[in-house]
Amino acid sequence: MKIRSNIAVSASGLIFNPDTGESFTVNPMGAEIISFLKEGLGQEKISLQITQKYNVEPSAFEKDFEDFMGLLRNYTLLDDE
Amino acid sequence: MMNNKKQLTIAVSGLNAIDSPGPGVPVIRGLREASSFNCRIIGLAYESLEPGIFMHDLVDKTYQIPYPSSGTDSILERLLYINEKEKLDVIIPNFDAELYPFIRLEKRLLEMGIAMFLPTLEQFEERHKVNLNDFGEKYGIRVPKSKAYHEIAELSNISKSFDYPVLIKGKYYDAYVAYNIDQIKSYYHRIVAKWGAPVIIQEFVHGTEFNVTGLGDGRGNTIALVPMRKQYITDKGKAWGGVSISDKRILELTNSFISQTKWRGGFELELMKDKKGEFYLLEINPRLPAWVYLAVGVGQNIPEALVNLALGLKVDPMKEYKVGSMFVRYAWDMIVDIQEFQTISTEGEL
Repeated sequence: MKIRSNIAVSASGLIFNPDTGESFTVNPMGAEIISFLKEGLGQEKISLQITQKYNVEPSAFEKDFEDFMGLLRNYTLLDDE
Repeated sequence: MMNNKKQLTIAVSGLNAIDSPGPGVPVIRGLREASSFNCRIIGLAYESLEPGIFMHDLVDKTYQIPYPSSGTDSILERLLYINEKEKLDVIIPNFDAELYPFIRLEKRLLEMGIAMFLPTLEQFEERHKVNLNDFGEKYGIRVPKSKAYHEIAELSNISKSFDYPVLIKGKYYDAYVAYNIDQIKSYYHRIVAKWGAPVIIQEFVHGTEFNVTGLGDGRGNTIALVPMRKQYITDKGKAWGGVSISDKRILELTNSFISQTKWRGGFELELMKDKKGEFYLLEINPRLPAWVYLAVGVGQNIPEALVNLALGLKVDPMKEYKVGSMFVRYAWDMIVDIQEFQTISTEGEL
């Protein structure tokens, strides 16, 4: 899964969809995950990066990650559809 | 430094920069920023409290003109007087209601040396709210079901034709959402008192509102095109904030509208995207919108291009614009000497 190429993401976590004009804000963790997605990293690699850096169990991260992907998908920000 | 730009005198109406703003002031801002000409701006006002009258950094001189309902003869008589004093090169009418008389006067004004760039009478009539269903069918554009009602008695059977809620619209301006026949009748009286019959009942499409402004050269070519999503909508349905966007389907729909109709002049399309992602064309305004300065701000100076087309000059299509730029409108209190108000009120010019 990838963030759609025309989606703009700022360093401060503002996401802008130029097709619809919608904008969203994400917290620093969301922004970090989005930056990994933009680099083309898959779920496993992102999970590894996050669980090594922060005190979080892989299973807990996986659940939150899927919730987050569901939100991005719902707002048509992902390219995997 | 030498300035070789030509000097034009351009008359602009729609100076009512109020809560339901006319496009005059933003059009003038675009003209002031034109790279191909310098201009003297003549305001054309209907009411003596239109804010643009008092914006002396934008408007050099303002004349009151008769309402469109007074007929083309009285408008022409006033324009002859104004032209005698100002030697107008171009007029940009900015109200739907005044377009009909100005279209009828176009040839006569051209003989006087005054150019305009308006839709043809056929285009103006065809896109009318009353004819929207036929328009959609002819050009293959999805439109909500609409029907014109000339008499209040005709509205009694409306639930056989429409599900509630419905939109009830005036032929030029105003639109209300009505949830039952009592509300429809109340809005009918309100609208007819202001704009006359008919009113238009339109299927209410739930969704997100998008607008497009653009300019057609009258031969099927798109000269300018900027879509916008409304971000902040007033209780009158007007955009108080918006952002430029790049939805390909909106661009395709608008290009198709221009190429099929061979649209001549500025316009605004009002679109609704429903929950299934389908776009409905709600309205075609045959003039530039009040948010047209966003187009100027993102790289397409539509008022400037419109003037050059009116003068018969070649204008290259503007293909690029900055996506993700916002406009945020604001209200601004000007301090005006009562003498100025007296002058425009009593002498009809300032």
